[in-house]
Amino acid sequence: MPKREDIRKILIIGSGPIVIGQACEFDYSGTQSCKALRDEGYTVVLVNSNPATIMTDPETADVTYIEPLTVDVLERIIEKERPQAILPTMGGQTALNLAVDLSEKGILEKYGVELIGAKLHAIKKAEDRELFKEAMTRIGLEVPRSAAVISLKDGLDAVRELGFPAILRPAFTLGGTGGGIAYNQEEFVELLDKGLKLSPVRQVLIEESALGWKEYELEVMRDRKDNVVIVCSIENFDPMGIHTGDSITVAPAQTLTDKEYQRMRDASIAIIREIGVDTGGSNIQFALNPENGRMVVIEMNPRVSRSSALASKATGFPIAKIAAKLAVGLTLDEIRNDITRETPASFEPTIDYVVTKFPRFAFEKFPEADPVLTTQMKSVGEVMSIGRTFRESLQKSLRSLENGSYGLEPVEASAEKIKMKLKIPGVERLWHIAQAMRAGMSVEEIFDYTKIDPWFLNNVKQIVELEERIERSAISGQRSEKLTADSHPLTTLREAKEYGFSDHRIGQLTGMTESEIRRLRKELGIRPAYKMVDTCAAEFAAYTPYLYSTYERPFYKAGARPDVSPQPESEASPTDREKIVILGSGPNRIGQGIEFDYCCVHAVFALRELGFETIMVNCNPETVSTDYDTSDRLYFEPLTIEDVVNIIETERPVGVIVQFGGQTPLKLAVPLEREGIRILGTSPDSIDRAEDRRRFKELLHKLDLRQPESDTAMSVQEAVDAARKIGYPVMVRPSYVLGGRAMEIVYDEDSIRSYMERAVKASPEHPILVDKYLNDAREVDVDAVSDGEDVVVGGVMEHIEEAGIHSGDSACSLPPYSLNEEITEEIKRQTKALAKELGVIGLMNVQFAVKKDEIYILEVNPRASRTIPFVSKATGVPLAKIAAKVMAGKTLKELGFTSERAISHVAVKEAVFPFDKFPGVDTILGPEMKSTGEVMGIDEDFGRAFAKAQASVNNRLPLSGKIVISIRDEDKPGICDVVKRLYAAGFSVIATRGTAEFLDGKGLPVEMINKVAEGRPHIVDLIKNKEIVFVINTVSGAQAQKDSFSIRRSALQYGVPYTTTVAGARAVVSAIESLRKKKITIKPIQEYHRKG
Amino acid sequence: MGIKALLVLADGTVFEGVGFGAEGETTGEVVFNTSMTGYQEILTDPSYKGQIVTMTYTQMGNYGVNEEDIESAGGIKAEGFIVKEACPFPSNWRSSGSLVDYMKKHDIVGIQDIDTRALTRRLRTHGAQMGIISTADRDPLSLLAKVRTLPGISAFDLVKEVTTAHPYTWNEGCWKWCSPPHPPLAKKGSEPTLKLAVYDFGIKFNILRNLVEAGFVVTVFPAQTPAEAVLETDPDGVLLSNGPGDPETVTYAIEAARKLITMKPVFGICLGHQILGLAMGGRTYKLKFGHHGGNHPVKDLATGKVEITSQNHNYCVDVNSLGGRVALTHTNLYDGTEEGMRHVDLPVFSVQHHPEAGPGPNDSTHLFRRFRELIEGVAV
Repeated sequence: MPKREDIRKILIIGSGPIVIGQACEFDYSGTQSCKALRDEGYTVVLVNSNPATIMTDPETADVTYIEPLTVDVLERIIEKERPQAILPTMGGQTALNLAVDLSEKGILEKYGVELIGAKLHAIKKAEDRELFKEAMTRIGLEVPRSAAVISLKDGLDAVRELGFPAILRPAFTLGGTGGGIAYNQEEFVELLDKGLKLSPVRQVLIEESALGWKEYELEVMRDRKDNVVIVCSIENFDPMGIHTGDSITVAPAQTLTDKEYQRMRDASIAIIREIGVDTGGSNIQFALNPENGRMVVIEMNPRVSRSSALASKATGFPIAKIAAKLAVGLTLDEIRNDITRETPASFEPTIDYVVTKFPRFAFEKFPEADPVLTTQMKSVGEVMSIGRTFRESLQKSLRSLENGSYGLEPVEASAEKIKMKLKIPGVERLWHIAQAMRAGMSVEEIFDYTKIDPWFLNNVKQIVELEERIERSAISGQRSEKLTADSHPLTTLREAKEYGFSDHRIGQLTGMTESEIRRLRKELGIRPAYKMVDTCAAEFAAYTPYLYSTYERPFYKAGARPDVSPQPESEASPTDREKIVILGSGPNRIGQGIEFDYCCVHAVFALRELGFETIMVNCNPETVSTDYDTSDRLYFEPLTIEDVVNIIETERPVGVIVQFGGQTPLKLAVPLEREGIRILGTSPDSIDRAEDRRRFKELLHKLDLRQPESDTAMSVQEAVDAARKIGYPVMVRPSYVLGGRAMEIVYDEDSIRSYMERAVKASPEHPILVDKYLNDAREVDVDAVSDGEDVVVGGVMEHIEEAGIHSGDSACSLPPYSLNEEITEEIKRQTKALAKELGVIGLMNVQFAVKKDEIYILEVNPRASRTIPFVSKATGVPLAKIAAKVMAGKTLKELGFTSERAISHVAVKEAVFPFDKFPGVDTILGPEMKSTGEVMGIDEDFGRAFAKAQASVNNRLPLSGKIVISIRDEDKPGICDVVKRLYAAGFSVIATRGTAEFLDGKGLPVEMINKVAEGRPHIVDLIKNKEIVFVINTVSGAQAQKDSFSIRRSALQYGVPYTTTVAGARAVVSAIESLRKKKITIKPIQEYHRKG
Repeated sequence: MGIKALLVLADGTVFEGVGFGAEGETTGEVVFNTSMTGYQEILTDPSYKGQIVTMTYTQMGNYGVNEEDIESAGGIKAEGFIVKEACPFPSNWRSSGSLVDYMKKHDIVGIQDIDTRALTRRLRTHGAQMGIISTADRDPLSLLAKVRTLPGISAFDLVKEVTTAHPYTWNEGCWKWCSPPHPPLAKKGSEPTLKLAVYDFGIKFNILRNLVEAGFVVTVFPAQTPAEAVLETDPDGVLLSNGPGDPETVTYAIEAARKLITMKPVFGICLGHQILGLAMGGRTYKLKFGHHGGNHPVKDLATGKVEITSQNHNYCVDVNSLGGRVALTHTNLYDGTEEGMRHVDLPVFSVQHHPEAGPGPNDSTHLFRRFRELIEGVAV
């Protein structure tokens, strides 16, 4: 069927900021769909609030709006652009929900816009639990018995029928937010109450528990002619009860017979037809009772999803790209399979390897959060790995996680604790399973506790058993020349590599170092072979070098000369071109996310423009960087020294780029250099000069620049002495950390003592850094690019929140909104001096604090920073691309980038937090980074840009109403101005006792309200009753924080916008003032960039 | 650790691995199958007589074997089995034993722990070829010498070895996945009203099950049954089944088919399709490495719809050679080869792929209903 000619312009809705449950996978799908639709000749209008995406690059879509994803804004965009169609299936639940709203509010009808991919009725049928259940019953499929309820009373009636444990799933929420398992009435009431509030339609599904059943997912595609294919089957290692986003999952399904698999396949086809998803991909989840095979349908997502990104990477079948083409009327048989070139997309990929996805968590950032895994997703990222067997791919996934694990290391735990860890699923359950096996626990017993299929457990057991053989193998002390082909240590080492053991782990087991194992291995000729991901298990030739490593067996010709030792077949076949390896950033985590993938992808684009062959190494399946057509060659591999060196030895590139992927590749810079590998750009020595405290101090001294007074401490006493010398408050943190990990501001000696006890445990080899904390200082971030001769500033960003709040968690404004010209110029001068002195080649980020017109340097990072995409989107200057070209030898003059791009608009970045996923966690900000993603607001003035940024993080600013203020003493003088301006804008203000009395004393009478401990009605009652339109709450000290916790938590829960800093409050007031005067501007970034 | 085993191909390539299943030596044409599930159905599919099957997916035996997922009586029909890994600890609620034990029980030699992808790539580029697996002889040159003395698969009539000795009736329908308790035991399909004669060239049980499901009273005849003998039973239609080997060697069946097509509605599947092609005066040709898997897209030229199909064949019918008497109805979208045809005047049609699935997708099972409708149309 030819593509539709009645559509010319299509609006694609993005998924907004990275949050738990919606991450880079939607940049991947959005980018693919933009490209695919433009290739077909359509004009693509894109809207997304997340600047750190490839999809919002001005080149990706024809017209790009970085605007809040709200119905009002979308209506204005539709009014202006008049697209004929909206493709709502590429931007996750966010886009789908918006499409539903736009449709139900009659906006689509008003402007004659059609939903393509999934129509409203299909979306509703898939998402509304009752409708879905009816649909499944109609086609003869079972769903868990359940009831959708809209009140507490209905819920209690329902659970009496269904029994405990019961599963609760609020309708239309992200990543199962608010869902959970209730084992008793009390838990049930608590969860239901929360669920009803979180569901935008106040509906919760109470479900019969299929806890412990086997869980499967199928990725289905359908076209306009009703051709349906299954792209991939996925089996969860963790059984039902753990959100699939938090489960270890494996492709293809491992323990289904063909009859059972076909039954699931038939069901999937029937479901996509019944739900009526016209075209595109859907994800369908099933649970299977392991005792009798009873199959129930759990849910269906009528859109591309995290799992479809995984399925795309696992099979080489680009679901989003094809879904976009199907949406405009092409059929599967009309679309070519890029990988094989000759065969069409109307087929089902078959694979000849095993894929494991392993989730990555960030509970260390949220010590108050409950680290138990449930039906609500809590992981912040994931890795994928490929091996010829499950064992190999599982072990590769462990070292891909980059959390210090290189295999199934032993854990210290009593037998009782192990049992507990098996019964209650947490982050480290796999390691405890291995430990239980070491302690002699049988697979049957482990199954009883975990309900993990014995097939998986037996594979883990094989790994554990081989560990014992490695320990006994006497590999250590062996000299390679003494080892014959059949000698025991040699075969054990070979087997270990086939099982996916890392050199590091083998070293641990044998008492040797990783590099000794590597040397021994190489001498013995045990090297990885690279195999291709080709969609077809080698049935056809493949043309896209998408590769993974494995240890395979060689073959040879009968009668071949015996002295020629056969090597396994590798399909890498490197070219003779000049090539550069770009190391990616691994799994998303707090502090290192999509921003770095964005930079890596830009490096690829830039280097390709210069004619280099680009080779990407990464293990994050959600990303654009791991799309097979982003780079010339893709190695889907862990980012460890072992795996990277293997690739480099195969490819022999002219150099490696480690600057763009965050800490992950940066950590490899020195070890790689030690292996004789050329690092492009800023030298590892310069990086060290910026990161090593002592050398950094000398550098600043040399340049006559100032930094907050600081010291280092190795012991509690040293820390106490240092703090006393510097003067409280001080900021303390371990050296070499990411994202402000374990960083705290302490105000007194007791606090520093308790900190040292916790922190030193965390990192014994590294000293603790003690810095003067500059309270009330303004923080400034600068990104610059340097070629060693010239330095050009990319942008100067002034933070909204004061210094002390992690820069990744602060909102910031480009250009600065309150700094004077002189300070800004001085900051730029210092940036340039630093770049020159460090010999930076590529990107550099500097963090400054400005206190009373004094400039302090907080940190210099000679690498890509988290703000690079934001600056690039704000100014229109592709900094990462320029930097990559500089690193490949171009000068800034040659590139024509010699001066900073001044802009006449304002861009504000705001952070988004996962607090709603972690009940019990405080929303207060501090030096430890907690945000998962970011948005950008862009407009003609600061106020409106800030307001847009707030709207984009669902913190919509009110224009009238009652504002509650409860702040700490230090902030009180600063609040007067805020209150005056609020009064001027017509707001009423209510405050807690201390704040109210203070304001009263300043001639600003306000209404008074009880704190929670002071009796009722209190501040939380007002929030719950929606009498409050905005909350300003700042605290200091642990007790005060505890006392006011319920204020912040209830604001979050009831969707009342809030700020926890006075600086934030000031910005809010400015924004409100602007909003009252002018409407926000709706303008594509291409226009902002043209204007400069 | 099992016993060392060698696989030697006729082109001299040697793979060293570990034996599993029975010990000893086996020979056959080495082909690869890309299905990720369904190894038990594949092993028991009589069409694999004379062939050693390599599975491209690496982990075989995960769900064990059971009593139900068999495609023929009397156990494994393939000559040998090549896998990356045969799982010793099966896990599935229907499992009654391990793949390894099953192979032993049926005295089939297998080899594991070899690079099956490298082998597949070799077969893809150099074509399917004869091979030998041995756990007894460790000398590659001696094994190569043995392999080179083997005649190709086209030299024999393999159908004789797998067809039934006596006619029998079949009345088991497709499985119903009803509520527990399972297993999904056989149940009767719709009320049987039409009599069908089935030629067994190595038939898969799932064809019979689907025929019952479509409402046929099924009688199965040995391959060498003359057309007259079948016509004497006055069937409403005739099905020519799948089976192993080169269709040109099954001369008696071609003969029978030639007579039957003018008398009765006929449906041919796989080898049955090839035999029909030859019976109608066409020619067949051999594919380089055949089609063996469960993911090939086949387009129904009448509806334009694509079905994902189960495939297992090395030969194809050159439909052009049939000179206009026969129309092409289905093509394989992978390589454009013929997948189905129908006679322009007679109620005769056939497909190269396997609408009965087992293993593989059920997208084409409607063809059994189409056959029934064809017969009903003729009867009216």
